[in-house]
Amino acid sequence: MTPSAGTGLLTIAEETGQVRVVLAGRWVVGNADRLDRALDALPAPAGRGLQLDLGGLDAIDTVGAWLVHRTAARWQAAGAAAAIVGARPEYEVLLGQVAQADRPAPERPPRLSPVARMVGDFGRSVALAAHDGLQLVAFLGETVAALLRLAFLHPGRFRLTSTFAQVQATGIEAMPIVGLISFLIGVVIAYQGVDQLRMFGAQIFVVNLVAISVLRELGILLTAIVIAGRSGSSFTAQIGSMKLNEEVDAMRTLGLDPVEVLVVPRVLALVIMLPCLAFFADIMGLLGGMVMSWASLGIPPDAFIHRLAAAVSWKTFFVGVVKAPFFAVTIAVVGCLEGLQVEGSSESVGRRTTQSVVKGIFLVIVLDAAFSIFFATIGI
Amino acid sequence: MDADHPIIRLRGIRNAFGAQVVHDKLDLDVRKGEIIALVGGSGTGKSVLLRTIVGLNQPKTGSIEVFGQDVLHMPSAERRKVEERWGILFQNGALFSSLTVAQNIQVPLKEHLGLKGKILDEIAALKIAIAGLPADAGDKYPSELSGGMKKRAGLARALALDPEIVFLDEPTAGLDPIGAAAFDRLIADLRDTIGFTVFLVTHDLDTLATVCDRIAVLGQKRVMVVGTMEEMLQQTDPWIVEYFHGPRGRAALDAKARLEARKGL
Repeated sequence: MTPSAGTGLLTIAEETGQVRVVLAGRWVVGNADRLDRALDALPAPAGRGLQLDLGGLDAIDTVGAWLVHRTAARWQAAGAAAAIVGARPEYEVLLGQVAQADRPAPERPPRLSPVARMVGDFGRSVALAAHDGLQLVAFLGETVAALLRLAFLHPGRFRLTSTFAQVQATGIEAMPIVGLISFLIGVVIAYQGVDQLRMFGAQIFVVNLVAISVLRELGILLTAIVIAGRSGSSFTAQIGSMKLNEEVDAMRTLGLDPVEVLVVPRVLALVIMLPCLAFFADIMGLLGGMVMSWASLGIPPDAFIHRLAAAVSWKTFFVGVVKAPFFAVTIAVVGCLEGLQVEGSSESVGRRTTQSVVKGIFLVIVLDAAFSIFFATIGI
Repeated sequence: MDADHPIIRLRGIRNAFGAQVVHDKLDLDVRKGEIIALVGGSGTGKSVLLRTIVGLNQPKTGSIEVFGQDVLHMPSAERRKVEERWGILFQNGALFSSLTVAQNIQVPLKEHLGLKGKILDEIAALKIAIAGLPADAGDKYPSELSGGMKKRAGLARALALDPEIVFLDEPTAGLDPIGAAAFDRLIADLRDTIGFTVFLVTHDLDTLATVCDRIAVLGQKRVMVVGTMEEMLQQTDPWIVEYFHGPRGRAALDAKARLEARKGL
């Protein structure tokens, strides 16, 4: 008899014709690691039978029973006899239950080589991007169709309250942050501009610099980016949670069109409010430039305004603001579409919200570039 | 802790949210190895009481002893030890959505026991089978499972550490009758084999009639009465009478009687 190196949980005795294992102590999940390693020390069957003696156990749970069952099953798979003796009646039931639960592990698909996976991932992401683009265009069409339907066929179904609530949430409540950011940008441009223009003795042109950059580009672009982060994400999260909660499905079954009820008010609210916010951002940006010019150059406000009138025309302002409705539609449609695509789990809401902001900002900048080229071509 | 000492002992529990008092001077003892069900009308705070026992809700006053230890005033290291000894099945499974079913089951095994490697997969597969899920469920994410399967997966996770007490919040709600009966049987079988104590919140009269040793009725901010199904039937409180003598209650008892008659043959 050769007792195995003491784990206190089992004793292995190799007798003629059979291997006897006496189990002791607590065969519970807390000892799973030790038990698993101790069982590895079992000798090979080599034609001998196995006897597992459970008489000396203090406690056993499902994991312990599983290890007993597994040991016996492996022995039997090798063509040798295996017997479990000394089990109390309640252990028998447990062993029976575990035996019932034993089944072959599901087969895992074969692993691909890293290169093949990379190629596959790349192809998938290209196909996905193309699919996303198509879907966005289709959804834009659906939204416009719903809008026209509401405008001409069923004006009574238009959700005025909901639209105003969105105007409040996406427009009016965004004023402080949009205003502050624009003001600071005006300050920064004036401050940086003065430094450079001083070298040419042309400090006064800081007014032109601030006015043109804020009015044409920065006012609207920064506002759109802030709104994509602020409202695009909230559209996705709101609609996404409703989707998870089956509210969107409930709407469909009640004969309500989710695009009419959820998407149209949001798109309209942004189309109304983004130009207003852009106008507000322009004013705050110019104010920032004016304050900075006064502080660092001593240009008084009335001189700034006088110079401003000479530097820019209404056209400069309109070239900036005319982009706002296009940006608004992009942000709102992306946000709502991502929200409607939420499915399964709360994790999906998070992923879609990120996607919504990233896609929204990306598309806004792409559109802005397209507008630049367009304006340059027509000579504005 | 001797054998007669209750495994869970609540004394003078008071739970209130703002001005609304849910429980007041609530006492309850749970015996080791029994299956006890908590029933009560909507808003009587069944789930709140369960959450209070497991420490998700701090009672305003009162004491809670589990395994003979005061769990309300306990250093966190000791509390962790106690938490290893119970498992909880939440109403909708509460599976971690970013993990597969197998990984969900492995969370307590890794966290509390530090297990690694193949044995983890084996234990997960075993628990999945014991909970009555198909073998391929292990690699699925919770969002790919039906409501009943989520519940079974939640039970598999609750049973991961072979706990001494299992808390079940409406275990059979949302399951089909066959699935619910199998679930009941599973709980009863596991109790008989592993010998754990089951504390469940339920509305399922079949569960109450077939597997529960005792029933605690919650009402008027406290546990109104605790006893066996037979004792419940002799109560005179109008709510209890309505609950157990209604058509559903009678149907459940008839079914139980038929089941026992068949066993007797």
